Amino acid sequence: MPQTVLLVGTRKGLFILESADRRDWTMRGPLCESWPIYNAIIGEDGAIYAAAASEWLGSSVWRSADLGETWTQSSEGLAYADDSGLKLNKISSLAHKHGKLFVGAESVGLFESTDDGKTFSLVSTLDGAPGREVWNDPAMQPPGHLGISAIWPYDDSPDHIRVIVQGNSIMDTDDGGKTWTPSNSGLRREWPAPEDDRVGFCVHKLAPSPDAERWYQQNHVGTWRSDDGGSSWNEISEGLPTEFGFACAAHPHDRETFFTTVLDPGHGRTMPDGQVQVWRTRDAGSSWQKMTKGLPGPDAFVGVLRDGMSRDEQDDFGLYFGTSTGQLFASLDEGDSWTEVADYLPSIQSVRVATVG
Amino acid sequence: MFADLPRRVDVEAPTVLEAIAELDRRWPGLRDRLCAEGPSLRQHIHVYVDGERSDLATPVPANARLDVIAAISGG
Repeated sequence: MPQTVLLVGTRKGLFILESADRRDWTMRGPLCESWPIYNAIIGEDGAIYAAAASEWLGSSVWRSADLGETWTQSSEGLAYADDSGLKLNKISSLAHKHGKLFVGAESVGLFESTDDGKTFSLVSTLDGAPGREVWNDPAMQPPGHLGISAIWPYDDSPDHIRVIVQGNSIMDTDDGGKTWTPSNSGLRREWPAPEDDRVGFCVHKLAPSPDAERWYQQNHVGTWRSDDGGSSWNEISEGLPTEFGFACAAHPHDRETFFTTVLDPGHGRTMPDGQVQVWRTRDAGSSWQKMTKGLPGPDAFVGVLRDGMSRDEQDDFGLYFGTSTGQLFASLDEGDSWTEVADYLPSIQSVRVATVG
Repeated sequence: MFADLPRRVDVEAPTVLEAIAELDRRWPGLRDRLCAEGPSLRQHIHVYVDGERSDLATPVPANARLDVIAAISGG
């Protein structure tokens, strides 16, 4: 019987939740020896890969071929050359496509493994990309130190990849990382533009819709929609209570529907008014619905980090998000109502869902 | 992570770096946990040769005691 599997990366390890009906869940964890897990996915090979980054022991990719019962880990090759002047502070993003496991890192770099995570090689440090010369200056690295915070390998070619450089830019390559093009046209910023004004945009999360031309974005400054595959962006923030947020997700079957979790900006970065809330648009951002049924409040001050929301692919898809205070919520009716799946978890950094079996 | 790594290991190596390299030969991946690019010791990994704080280039005399301590703190 197919199982829905939630991979919940936290500051204190990976947690795995499984359910046959997406209502009753069993949970295992903390796994990966409680290493901080920034991202976890189920690869094309069916294995779980978890990007772990310890302040004490460095970064490593953990792998399980049996849904978390046993694990191996490796960081062989997951480093910069000694004479490069670069340090691998953290790995924060994963993607698996075309038989390759891609890993995103700070200092800004993209690695890949072609042997199921046993060894890694450097694909690109985005040399020559606009703004590249300042990204790796420690004084310029954004807090969080995610480096490449997200990776989308395209279906058409293993050389066609989109990444987010935290705090700087969406970058695209179609030659396997030899050259990179920024894709930020239309975005705005509330701070001085860098020397090359094609970059310097704080893109938090991208959410591609089922239509290749339609992408959504939650930015530090605004919520956005693209109708040309993410080359240019139109703002759709009007109607939302704030313009700041991290996590978002697109409907798996309807290009017009998108979900986001906006937050108060500044130091707080919790959901507005002490009410846990998810916002939904069904018309690509022309109007918004605030959804709170089953979500705690008032006096519930929680945040959701950029990888903290995910949805499955089923017709009656499930939508899930995890908070930085350790709560995990699920909706089976497109956000109209929610249930709490777990509480008292360590701070949640990422949520991914897959259907297995 | 290295389940069969004992608390005390005998190695022959002229420097701290080469001692770590020998440990890595026996327990693959251990070097990455102790060292970052440079190479350099990771910030929270402290090494002492006969009680003296050391770095990767520090010589290790014969019969010396080499302590590798992860200065793990915080919550």
